Amino acid sequence: MKDPGRTLWQALQEKGYSRREFLQFCAVTAASLGLKASAIGAVVEAFEKKPRPPVVWLHFQECTCCSESFIRASHPIVADALLDVISLDYMETLMAAAGHQAEKSLADTLKAYDGKYILLVEGSVPTGGDGVYCTIGGRTAIAILEEAAKGAAGVVAWGNCASYGCIQAAHPNPTGATPIDKLLRRTVVNVPGCPPIADVMMAVVSHILVFGRLPDLDGQGRPKEFYGRRVHDTCYRRPYYDAGMFVEAFDDERARKGCCLYRMGCRGPVTYNACSVSRWNGGVSYPIQSGHGCIGCSENGFWDKGPFYQHLSSFPGFGIESTADTVGLALGAGVAVGVAAHAVATNIRKRSLIAENRQESVVAREPSDDKKVQP
Amino acid sequence: MSQRIVVDPITRIEGHLRIEAVVDNGVITDAYSAGTMVRGIEKILKGRDPRDAWAFTSRVCGVCTTVHALASCRAVEDALKITVPRNADLIRNLMFCSQYVQDHVVHFYHLHALDWVDVVSMLSADPAAAAQLAQSISPWPKNSPGHFAAVQQRLKSFVESGQLGIFANGYWGHPQYKLPPEANLMAVSHYLDALEWQKEIVKVHTIFGGKNPHPNYVVGGMPCSLDIEELGAINTERLNHVAALVKDAIAFVEQVYVPDLLAIAGFYKDWAAIGGGVENYLAYGDLPTRGYGDPTSFRLPRGAILGRNLAEVHPVNPRDLAEIKEYVGHSWYRYGAGDGAGLHPFQGETELNYTGPRPPFDALDVQGKYSWVKTPRWKEHPMEVGPLARMLVAFASGSTDVKEIVTAVLAKLDVPVAALFSTLGRTAARGIETQLVAHWMKGFLDDLIANVKAGDTRTFAPDLWEPETWPATAEGVGMTEAPRGALAHWIRIQDRLIDNFQLVVPTTWNASPRDPRGQRSAYEAALVGTPVANVDQPLEILRTVHSFDPCLACAVHLYDPDGRQVGRACIDD
Repeated sequence: MKDPGRTLWQALQEKGYSRREFLQFCAVTAASLGLKASAIGAVVEAFEKKPRPPVVWLHFQECTCCSESFIRASHPIVADALLDVISLDYMETLMAAAGHQAEKSLADTLKAYDGKYILLVEGSVPTGGDGVYCTIGGRTAIAILEEAAKGAAGVVAWGNCASYGCIQAAHPNPTGATPIDKLLRRTVVNVPGCPPIADVMMAVVSHILVFGRLPDLDGQGRPKEFYGRRVHDTCYRRPYYDAGMFVEAFDDERARKGCCLYRMGCRGPVTYNACSVSRWNGGVSYPIQSGHGCIGCSENGFWDKGPFYQHLSSFPGFGIESTADTVGLALGAGVAVGVAAHAVATNIRKRSLIAENRQESVVAREPSDDKKVQP
Repeated sequence: MSQRIVVDPITRIEGHLRIEAVVDNGVITDAYSAGTMVRGIEKILKGRDPRDAWAFTSRVCGVCTTVHALASCRAVEDALKITVPRNADLIRNLMFCSQYVQDHVVHFYHLHALDWVDVVSMLSADPAAAAQLAQSISPWPKNSPGHFAAVQQRLKSFVESGQLGIFANGYWGHPQYKLPPEANLMAVSHYLDALEWQKEIVKVHTIFGGKNPHPNYVVGGMPCSLDIEELGAINTERLNHVAALVKDAIAFVEQVYVPDLLAIAGFYKDWAAIGGGVENYLAYGDLPTRGYGDPTSFRLPRGAILGRNLAEVHPVNPRDLAEIKEYVGHSWYRYGAGDGAGLHPFQGETELNYTGPRPPFDALDVQGKYSWVKTPRWKEHPMEVGPLARMLVAFASGSTDVKEIVTAVLAKLDVPVAALFSTLGRTAARGIETQLVAHWMKGFLDDLIANVKAGDTRTFAPDLWEPETWPATAEGVGMTEAPRGALAHWIRIQDRLIDNFQLVVPTTWNASPRDPRGQRSAYEAALVGTPVANVDQPLEILRTVHSFDPCLACAVHLYDPDGRQVGRACIDD
């Protein structure tokens, strides 16, 4: 193996970075990943010698929609990611090895790349019944997760399952499904959505590998890059909301015109995601564009905030500069204030519509999760 | 000498599956299939708005995405006596077809192919000879010597990096790999092409359903509107986009998937006599051409075949309490009437009753209960479901399209009809079906356009949308064919909320443990008689199990929160 391919260091050199900048880059990487100063050497070595960063992808309680979404990425396409960008050393859905040989692949990676691999987790972890509702290799998901996270350079939670528990955590949460950041004492990048958008997933991995640090996260551990804006604030149908032109039934005249789906239960006003900007599957569409309201699938506890077709009574904040954290605080201060402010800011026609809607609607409940408001 | 081998985890599937097999003198003499992860979606559905059920059940599985949404919508529509507009049936058919084409291609290349294709062997191939081979069976433009040489060089650099990624620790060099290096190079090149192409066809879901995986459905029709004079609806540009995707899908299936399947099958004809399993086949059918209410109009017909007798197709009625029953004699559940009872899904019970060994363990107690998958039976018969069942029921029902292509494929491979009852037959049936479905998809798009042209643009039936219009109680069944086989949802609505929701899914039929009479289900039966050359590298087990395209998240979705808290509930080796 005289020419094992281009290392990250070589790639940076080609882009004009100096050795000094490279070492700074490694130090920042190590620090941002929560590694001690003594571990920087290992990071430098890994990036100098290993052409592709090793990645471990674990599956627990999930439906594999996150894996399916990941392979839908368009930039880069997943074949390029697997052959040129990362070394996907363990992923049950795609790996050739099975049984003992698969277990060996995982064990080999954790040992050989201790402190250097990226851990991607799909699925929640059941903590009910002493964690026995999902075990692999005779061990509980909790034990497997803790072991794999210990030597990971960074941990990413894919989708609503790993970020918030998703459907299996919906009432009555029979198996005690738990998001992984509740189980790990370290920073976890939460990439919610059911599933997350393919190119968002790819971008989160790239952000870590290309820029050498975790993306900026909000109070819920979500990358601000993709979860900093409400679907409502970036929705192309927003002008219809402001004009008070709402779809009243699927396939009615206003549905055909592409009016606002607020009254059909759209959760866009309380959902932080990139759908209306990045859109889905190479930018083709997103739920609202195809006529169905957002069901809020990237939000904590969205399954228990239904029924989906009952519209929100109100939602806090209306400025595009609102972020999940500030809105969370506003929610904490009281929904009524936000509603009043919003009503003042809207035209007369819409104000009467909102008042009318409020009487027959579901209340925009705050996620019970205590992470929602973090000063 | 008798040896017990365990493969756990079975990879390249959806979910968590464990296979235990007894091997005597190089042949499997007994096998046990165990599903090992539980969630609890049926329990979670109780008390919800029935119109939301599709969103919940679609999260049963993200691989066979859309099919649960469809079955749920139909179950509610059946209960409330809602007939969806023709356009909604056609759009649902288009989504169904695009799901099949994507899922079957991904199954063939990314989940199944590595059982037949040796990735390492391709490194020694002659790219020019590989191109000659590929061009002799297909006009696919990427079958050029230059492209194959580039792919080979790319994989060579990959292997030399020492980081084999998803290809690490495969059974490379196993004597059961029979393809010449050139065929392996062709297949690996198409593995990469398929990975790039599959993300395109799902855009049909994105156009009509807003996203993929998990596009949106709605009870009473489809949420998208059709209007060729509006920017905000499915208009001419959107229909053109679908047409382009369908065209490319037909090309990929005809120029890549089917030629590869036939070429590879030609080297593995011995597998036309291995892995047959149970001799009964069940299909609910789908793809209505005159509405879902008229099963005689289905492109994929409904019916059952018993004892491989293709001269008779039995009628199937999932509403009949005597036809479908689920048993728990070998599953970790308890029935009030005793574990020997069989219950129709409308009467289903789900009380947890784990009796297996405490982990870590080497073997399950296969004399007792050993899986979280229940055991469904049709008129007490174990049934295989999936592409092979669908093609056999269609063949036996006299479907001209199906008869033509099945006969052509058998002639091409020079094998008799009996070859269909095998691991190879199952894999071939999936490819045959994909080719048919790709063309039917074009027909459904033409029908949709013709309907719009005739002035019918309705996509939604609004009359029974409001719960106030519903009866106090209602029961319904929603049926479809998931890519992996017959799928049905049973719903009972009381006071406008879900009172009971039951699913019997394809992998429950195929992967279940044996019934109280000792009859094996499809996986277990198919594994018996399968040769295993090297018990440390049981490649043959993967071939037969993967030929069914397992989907365990679907199969194990039951859990009773009121059940006794017992021992270990989810166990892989």
